[in-house]
Amino acid sequence: MANIDQESRKHVKDSLAKGVRYDGRRKDEFRPIEIRTGFLTTAEGSAQVKCGDTEVIAGVKMTMEKPYSDTPDQGILMVGAELLPFSNPKYESGPPDAVAIEVARVIDRGIRESKSLDNKRLCVKAGEKVWTINVDIAPLNDDGNLIDVGSIAAVAAILNARFPVVENDKINYRKKSDEPIPMNRIPIAVTVIKIGNNLIVDPTELEEQALDARLTVTTIDDGRLCSIQKGGMGTLSIEDIDKMIDLATHKSHEIRKLIKQE
Amino acid sequence: MDYNKRLDGRDFDELRPMEAKAGVIKKADGSAYFRMGNTVAYAAVYGPREMFPKFMQDPKKGVLRCNYNMMPFSGAGERVRPGPGRRSKEISAVTDKALGAVVDLIDSPNAVVDVYIELPQTDAGSRCCGINAAAIALADAGIPMRDLVSAVAVGHAGNKICVDLNYEEEHLPEFLEGLDDHDVADIPVAIIPSTGEISLLQMDGIVPKEVLMKALHKAKEAAMKVNAVQRAALREKFASHAIDNGYNSNGDGNIDGENGYGNNDSDDATAQEDIDGI
Repeated sequence: MANIDQESRKHVKDSLAKGVRYDGRRKDEFRPIEIRTGFLTTAEGSAQVKCGDTEVIAGVKMTMEKPYSDTPDQGILMVGAELLPFSNPKYESGPPDAVAIEVARVIDRGIRESKSLDNKRLCVKAGEKVWTINVDIAPLNDDGNLIDVGSIAAVAAILNARFPVVENDKINYRKKSDEPIPMNRIPIAVTVIKIGNNLIVDPTELEEQALDARLTVTTIDDGRLCSIQKGGMGTLSIEDIDKMIDLATHKSHEIRKLIKQE
Repeated sequence: MDYNKRLDGRDFDELRPMEAKAGVIKKADGSAYFRMGNTVAYAAVYGPREMFPKFMQDPKKGVLRCNYNMMPFSGAGERVRPGPGRRSKEISAVTDKALGAVVDLIDSPNAVVDVYIELPQTDAGSRCCGINAAAIALADAGIPMRDLVSAVAVGHAGNKICVDLNYEEEHLPEFLEGLDDHDVADIPVAIIPSTGEISLLQMDGIVPKEVLMKALHKAKEAAMKVNAVQRAALREKFASHAIDNGYNSNGDGNIDGENGYGNNDSDDATAQEDIDGI
């Protein structure tokens, strides 16, 4: 069923209070993460990330467009996410709803605000033409924690991307160059959720449905924070936030290592 | 000008390499992956479940609802804008008809069976590839079916009938000098293998009638090869369930009821008939 009932929610909560997660993980433990890149021929860059039963594909398409008037010499990054009804019975067809937009925006801001993209390289001619990097995230199977898994996929796909060849001012999408998108930092989003008095990472769908509050923290390589999003109806104390950021930062190092190995 | 040797070196009645797998989307009731060359389709089936909006319910039988979608990064050129457009809506509608011909939902009044077809990468022939994946997914979900549906596009390019066109052949005049747009026609066909009947037929391009008839015969032959790959995918999934997963804790699709395995619920029994009936 699409929604779990009150009973299962209570059960998740009670078990956690005893220190038990349904799948036997520790509170600070991610499901095993597998990353595969560069398998799509039509995308300039691609990544498939599997984290437990959650599985997403991210693809990069690049175009040249007119820059925004307030940033005439900077490239444009756009992250999109659709919660495909394909990936979970709870989603419906139609334009992205608030949940999907939040997923896309949190990932988008995490990458954008990390200032990791070299905008100078993305500028072709100031005021006239800049590269736009479209990253689209498509879940194949949603079993929770889409923001984190989507963010890993998005970053891995950007790192995997190669500029298409430009011939006489026109992009030839059937030819890729050797040139990667210049990215000097690896931003990683980690979401910590609070259920009762417990803080856990990488929630499954079931755990997500039992959450009181969540905090998504995006960090860069040196441990500084670049984006934060609080979600859920419940509240967080300053002490909670302190712990959640530490946990997220700690986890981000492990995940960054995985991406670098790719 | 004639087209004497195919750009990718295939014989004229040779399909691109195919690959199929059943049961790839965990949350779905049935699912499949189907690849034809560089065209890749995933299909996920949800249902039978209650139909919303309610006014679309049919009190006499369940409704099959197909949804074809190209992922934004799946096109050969620029990014494809997400969401349904005229093209994807039409393809969804013809896919409905192609699969509806074999699906029997008389026992599921007021319900819907949703089939979602997602394409992460396309290189021509995507609706056929989607139908092939969807047929496996429907069988995997245990939906009552008279047969599978196997689809392939045949084309007429430079006076030759070519089976399973790829992108370059669909745009042959761009890749081969001496041809113009009139020399290429694209004909996607879906076949019901046990009867040879056709449940999807479209054509874009100019051809004489005799050529079309020949092309249909070629399509039928090619569809049988597609069918073999589809059946193998289903066999592989259900065989591995029977052996490795005797108790089948997922409760999905264990077909080996006879050996005392599995929970023998009605959906599974249907799946078994589908497999055995092939």
